[in-house]
Amino acid sequence: MTTLDSLATQALALSTGALLVTAALLVWRRSLAASARVLAVQGASLALLVGAIALEEREVELGVVALVVLALKGVVIPAVVARGVRVSGVQREDAPRLNPTAGLVAATGLTTLAYLVSEPISAAIAGRGVVASGPGAFAVPAGLTLVLVGLLLVVTRRRALSQLVGFLVLDNGIAAVAFLTAAGVPFVVELGVSLDVLLVALILAVLSGRLHAVIGAVTVDELDELRD
Amino acid sequence: MAGVLILPLLAAATLALLAAVTSWRPVTAWSGVVTSGAVLVSGLALVAHRGPVPELAGGLLRADALSAYLLTVVGAVGLTATWAGLPSARTGTATRAERRYAAMVSVFLGAMSVAVLTDNLGLLWVAIEATTIATAFLVGHRGTRRALEAAWKYVMLGSVGVAIALLGVVLLYAASRSAGDATLSWVVLTSGRLPLDPGLVRVAGALAVLGLATKAGLVPMHAWLPDAHSQAPAPVSALMSGVLLAVAFYGILRVQVVVDAVVGPGLMRGLLLTAGLGSLLVSAALVWRQRDYKRLLAWSSVEHMGLMAVGAAVGGPLALAAVLLHVLGHGLAKATAFVTAGRILEVEGTSRIDEVRGLLARRPLLAGLLVTAAAVLLGMPPFALFFSEVGLVVAGWRGGLGWAMGVVLVALLVVFAGVARAVLAMVSGPAAGPDPGDTAAGSAGRGPVAPLVLALAVTAVAGFLSASVGEAIARAVAVVTG
Repeated sequence: MTTLDSLATQALALSTGALLVTAALLVWRRSLAASARVLAVQGASLALLVGAIALEEREVELGVVALVVLALKGVVIPAVVARGVRVSGVQREDAPRLNPTAGLVAATGLTTLAYLVSEPISAAIAGRGVVASGPGAFAVPAGLTLVLVGLLLVVTRRRALSQLVGFLVLDNGIAAVAFLTAAGVPFVVELGVSLDVLLVALILAVLSGRLHAVIGAVTVDELDELRD
Repeated sequence: MAGVLILPLLAAATLALLAAVTSWRPVTAWSGVVTSGAVLVSGLALVAHRGPVPELAGGLLRADALSAYLLTVVGAVGLTATWAGLPSARTGTATRAERRYAAMVSVFLGAMSVAVLTDNLGLLWVAIEATTIATAFLVGHRGTRRALEAAWKYVMLGSVGVAIALLGVVLLYAASRSAGDATLSWVVLTSGRLPLDPGLVRVAGALAVLGLATKAGLVPMHAWLPDAHSQAPAPVSALMSGVLLAVAFYGILRVQVVVDAVVGPGLMRGLLLTAGLGSLLVSAALVWRQRDYKRLLAWSSVEHMGLMAVGAAVGGPLALAAVLLHVLGHGLAKATAFVTAGRILEVEGTSRIDEVRGLLARRPLLAGLLVTAAAVLLGMPPFALFFSEVGLVVAGWRGGLGWAMGVVLVALLVVFAGVARAVLAMVSGPAAGPDPGDTAAGSAGRGPVAPLVLALAVTAVAGFLSASVGEAIARAVAVVTG
């Protein structure tokens, strides 16, 4: 155990905690501009997590991936969301299906659920994965928590842009699980996935702008012209 | 053969670029046709290829018989849709919207080609997500409130669903890493060399199939499909319904082989049977309620994807051969049906079933195409879907799934009655209506007929061509059954 290793372990613990805190903040905050900022912090935490794993595994390539994650999820994608907020002029998620208290209760329940369902995953990779022991061991459930909270946001939010935030949280969660269980997917696939997510974020931001231009400040719930 | 493997991607990339930057209309008009042609040629060459499986880029691209067959279907349906969907204006200067449309069609075709040609499950996921990106603007192309609504639902539900599949792929990768060889190569994962952890593979497989089912339009992940397929421009609906669903379904087939090898067939059979029967029953119920003929066609796609899922659940050479024949027949017939529906919409100015009457008397050609395409889709002999449906039911009966086949037959009968009722109502009746439409713009409702006739002709003979189609299918099935 060198100083580098203990540094990596601390960074891992710190970033995992930050992921959970930002997820809770996103459930609770209503201001869309604030959501974009929290999303940037979450992206940076994810980059820190990747950096910590790179340090622990002594993998230079993963270090490069950490920088890509920082640029993409810490800066570019949150900027896309923030720009969408400015352009559309919709500042707040003013009609969520859950009030903040209920949202936090739901998020707590989902976190517990994530810890329960990640048991077989942790067991399968025990001793061979990157989170064999120590504080990293509780990181996989944190990734799954992000996935579930992302789904919660997509389902309970009614503004187009808040649903986009939910999708991005979901994606951050999947990325966290990938890095924690397998030190990330192969580099080519990682690049492809990152590009896809960036493009989807751009498209959804553009679409929400156009929806706003065509039909005004409506919630996604009011999109009900098409049905059987 | 390596050149043939890269041809669809090169063609798609080149033509997408050309279409995006040139404003010379012949380029934007024909780019989709040329791309589809390249995909079809490459697919046919790979189907005819004998000997070692062609590989490229360290096995990242690999075309076994199943990939070759699917690539051919993508090319054939793509050619039908893009050729029949040629814009009426083919000279002059292309607008910005036309350029973007043409470029996105080529990207879309290229992404589907990558999806069926790659051996890497991660890249397969990237390609399927790329189809969502390419089609997002195509669905919203018209820019109306309804088109934007459909595009939003499509991208949102599609991306969230497919993200779940990514989680499955990631966990599969983690399983292979724990087993000693970190890989997403389908060949390695199915070789049986890796001691994959059954618990992890079970979770991964279920998530991957659930996610891919979203793109394949299987109940209960189908909510976006009727909206997107009815609001997109006709050639795009043809491509999405005809092949995109099948490409996503192909992903499910590949995952199924990996999971079955590790944990046995029980898990995938249960999932696919539930989704398949669910799709059949829901579409059977909703076909009767449709008032819009494009939505009717979209629900018919849900029904056919359900049939394919049931076929994959049954498994074995006969059922899988039936599924693959079904993919070809459904793709060509549904593309024809959507293009024809687009022309009827142009002529009649309405997509409501009850506002279209007497089509046979006023527009015999369109009526003939619509009725024939519907006959193919409803599984009438001598068309391919008749044989595939019979094969599927026989295989299921023999496989001990008699009760499920009973449900399938009832659902098929209900869909038959519902679709036939709507189509017959549209074509029958006297010619004299409030608006004969003959005085409407001269080019409305016209366009190339040859590709549609050709596509229907292929579905008519495909069931009989055991020497060519039958052998290609048998070889493709052997890839899955081992």
